[in-house]
Amino acid sequence: MSFTTHTKDARRAMLDAIGVASAEALFDDIPLHARFPDLELPPAISDIELERTFRRLSQRNVTLDDGPSFLGAGCYRHFIPATVDYVLQRGEFYTSYTPYQPELSQGMLQAMFEYQSMICRLTGMEVSNASHYDGATSLAEAALLALDEAGKNRSRILISPAVHPHYRDVVATYLSGTQASLIGPEDTTLSAADLVGKVCEETAALVIQTPNFFGYLEDLNGIAEKVHARGALLVVLVDPIMLGLFQPPGSYGADIVVADGQSLGIAPSFGGPSVGIFATRRAYIRRLVGRLVGETTDVEGQRGYVLTLATREQHIRRAKATSNICTNSALGALAAATYLATLGRQGLRQVAELCYHKSHYAAARIAALPRCSVNPATPDRPFFKEFSVELPLPAAEVNQALQKEFGIIGGYDLGRSYPAMTNRLLIAATEMNPREEIDRLVEALEQITASRAVR
Amino acid sequence: MSEPTLYELSATGRKAVSLPECDVKLATIPEHLIRADNGLPELTEQQIVRHYLRLSQRNFGVDCGFYPLGSCTMKHNPKTSEQTARLPGFAQIHPFQDEEIVQGALQLIFELQDQLKEIGGFEAVSLQPTAGAQGELTALLMIRAYNAARGEGHRNEILIPDSAHGTNPASATMAGYIAVEVPSNGRGNVDLDAVRAACSGRLAGIMLTNPNTLGLFEERVEELVALVRESGGVVYGDGANMNALTAIARPGDLGIDLMHFNLHKTFATPHGGGGPGSGPLGASGQLAPYLPSPIVERRPEDKKGWVEYTLTCPSHSIGRMSSFHGSFGMFVRAYSYLRRLGAPGLRAAAIDAVLNSNYLRVRLRDDYPVPFDRTCMHEFVCEGQPKGSEVRAIDVSKRLMDFGFHPPTNYFPLTVREALMIEPTENECKATLDAFVEAMRAIAREAREEPGRLREAPSTTPVRRLDEVRAARELTVCEPTLRT
Repeated sequence: MSFTTHTKDARRAMLDAIGVASAEALFDDIPLHARFPDLELPPAISDIELERTFRRLSQRNVTLDDGPSFLGAGCYRHFIPATVDYVLQRGEFYTSYTPYQPELSQGMLQAMFEYQSMICRLTGMEVSNASHYDGATSLAEAALLALDEAGKNRSRILISPAVHPHYRDVVATYLSGTQASLIGPEDTTLSAADLVGKVCEETAALVIQTPNFFGYLEDLNGIAEKVHARGALLVVLVDPIMLGLFQPPGSYGADIVVADGQSLGIAPSFGGPSVGIFATRRAYIRRLVGRLVGETTDVEGQRGYVLTLATREQHIRRAKATSNICTNSALGALAAATYLATLGRQGLRQVAELCYHKSHYAAARIAALPRCSVNPATPDRPFFKEFSVELPLPAAEVNQALQKEFGIIGGYDLGRSYPAMTNRLLIAATEMNPREEIDRLVEALEQITASRAVR
Repeated sequence: MSEPTLYELSATGRKAVSLPECDVKLATIPEHLIRADNGLPELTEQQIVRHYLRLSQRNFGVDCGFYPLGSCTMKHNPKTSEQTARLPGFAQIHPFQDEEIVQGALQLIFELQDQLKEIGGFEAVSLQPTAGAQGELTALLMIRAYNAARGEGHRNEILIPDSAHGTNPASATMAGYIAVEVPSNGRGNVDLDAVRAACSGRLAGIMLTNPNTLGLFEERVEELVALVRESGGVVYGDGANMNALTAIARPGDLGIDLMHFNLHKTFATPHGGGGPGSGPLGASGQLAPYLPSPIVERRPEDKKGWVEYTLTCPSHSIGRMSSFHGSFGMFVRAYSYLRRLGAPGLRAAAIDAVLNSNYLRVRLRDDYPVPFDRTCMHEFVCEGQPKGSEVRAIDVSKRLMDFGFHPPTNYFPLTVREALMIEPTENECKATLDAFVEAMRAIAREAREEPGRLREAPSTTPVRRLDEVRAARELTVCEPTLRT
């Protein structure tokens, strides 16, 4: 493909205007030995070959549409209404950049304002930024905000052992540039109530995920008061779908709410790109990270929107900025906004209810299998959308059998993150799994565990 | 006329989606954890479609017209890339599927890593970072880990030229470094004497954008690299401006140790109104073991459980920088672009990006002074106050909108007064560039003769100049409850 446009005559006229004999002469500042290297790249292919090559490559992947799937663990298959891609494919949106010139960017700015409004309502918080990269990086920035807010003497982030292991890794990587550190017990069965007692004078924040990595809903009523009494902040990581039905963190006093927004209208796409949700209380608005859209009026008194409080940001404050973030995930936020508007008040509640009931149905049926136990340590704790199953053989083997013999993409092999849990499978059920799929999974698990566990 | 918000359009009981009845036995939901109202609006599908369509009509993208926003490389976003990224085999796969059933995705990651290595002249590439600024932070955390491992953990200063993007010093702070600003010289390049003076046993490295934000190639880049290396520092290249150098020069060949690529600039993935982006990081030999994980490796065939492409963790990895494998959807788009162009196409694109920028420079400089007026790369910076006028760069920018153009970047870099940073990209034809020149010249005439027209501009946009002070004072950052 040619990505260039000039005719021979135009090129000549431009070179003459510049006063050089050839375009190559424009690169004379580059050291000669490094100029115009021979790159070993595959030859260019035609658009027809491209389509064929990429389709074939994509067909080497088994997709979530090819059969039942029960994988979650931070990336979920939810229904995406047709409105989302309709909006995402508008060239005016997706080929624009950060709305630095508000008069030409009112569409994106208003869409971001509406995104912020819906995230505030959904989380029960007062302020939402216009997006972060993804859930893990949102959480890392929340930790940095809390550390900054807490001052020098508080340099520990107390994190629940049941926070997504990848998120813990990302927070740890971010903190490797600071004097602060991530601490917390390793017992993944501990609840928020168990952890609150560990908040001390060195703790900047307590981080809780609900539902946590294993699917358990945390009862956080009364937790914030205890955390605040000990001088720390409460950071809550949520599943945004859950908020359609369950209490918003703002109602129980959370200081910062973060989430991964992939569930809100974004295809799994091998885990990215996603959108990071970041909401907080008004008290921290000047410490907020990322873009923020505010409402105002133009010279004629018409309502309009602009990026505001830019004095927090890197392009103004440089080394003193609240974060280095520049490009965020605006299009992800646009997808989430379109999703939330389309699902609406009743729809999101219904999706959350379907996830709740289907996961409970699956859990109950699997718990009835002779060699499987569900949520073994704490079977009575409430859960949402996900639960774990203790198997009589390695989860990796079960997943292999599910895939090869039954055409089912199983759950997440918890042994990949927790060496002591090699026989444990994390299973997610959403509105995308009709009952017959769940029944097929249960029957498959029954056969696999019966035939192999005898060894 | 303003467009009502979603909440203003909402009315109780409306629905835009039809979900299935629950087909399983209802479980008991813990009452004390339930909320009464989730606060979302209620609309019909048609309302939603019209709303967002109208909003899109109030937005300007590259698809709408010339968008010479300097430093952002607003090049054409190929529609084939949008199609390939939406193939079910790429869009509908989960990051935790067993490796053997996602070999196509892993192969694509491997090949993209491999080709970025070749383009950049690096030993290894990790695709983890989700944006350019995150690529910067990742690189600095790697330098920190590398220095700690070789007993040089006390090195805490990062040199940053005064023309650098704000993300550079902000990233340095996040990585726990002290950002030390070094001035530019009279040619718009980094002042070597200043660098020499700043090199000490505390030096961790330098962040070097090349070409820099003035669009100028660092003429003495190899001397600069040698100076920093002699002091034990690491040279980080900010690849934001790589569109000028793709298939023209390999940063690794110039001695750059680490560099992020912006797939959303150089490799034509869409900017999305401000992301998602992707900021893959290339590293030279001694830094490569510190790259963030995972990366994809191709392994020779052995016996049992063999998969060709596999996720691995570099030996001294600083860890993970994003939830899963980075912005995979952007990898598919960028790789589509790469495969369509090949090396000759990439070089042709870079050459024309530079040709277009130099053409605009020489055609505009009589009206808009260019402070460092020498051959530039993909962009150049002029003063946005036309000769013989007193208007400001912002006025010129706003007036450009009335001529149907998106303005250049304003007031950056900070080293040029009333800066307008202009980056035309390789896609624009001479006729478009000439039309832009004519508009800029007409605006320069107006600036001298009737400056009021500029100060009152724009007048043809959906809204006119907005009160930013009011926005920052009132801080209405979410829909007031009363209005809904």
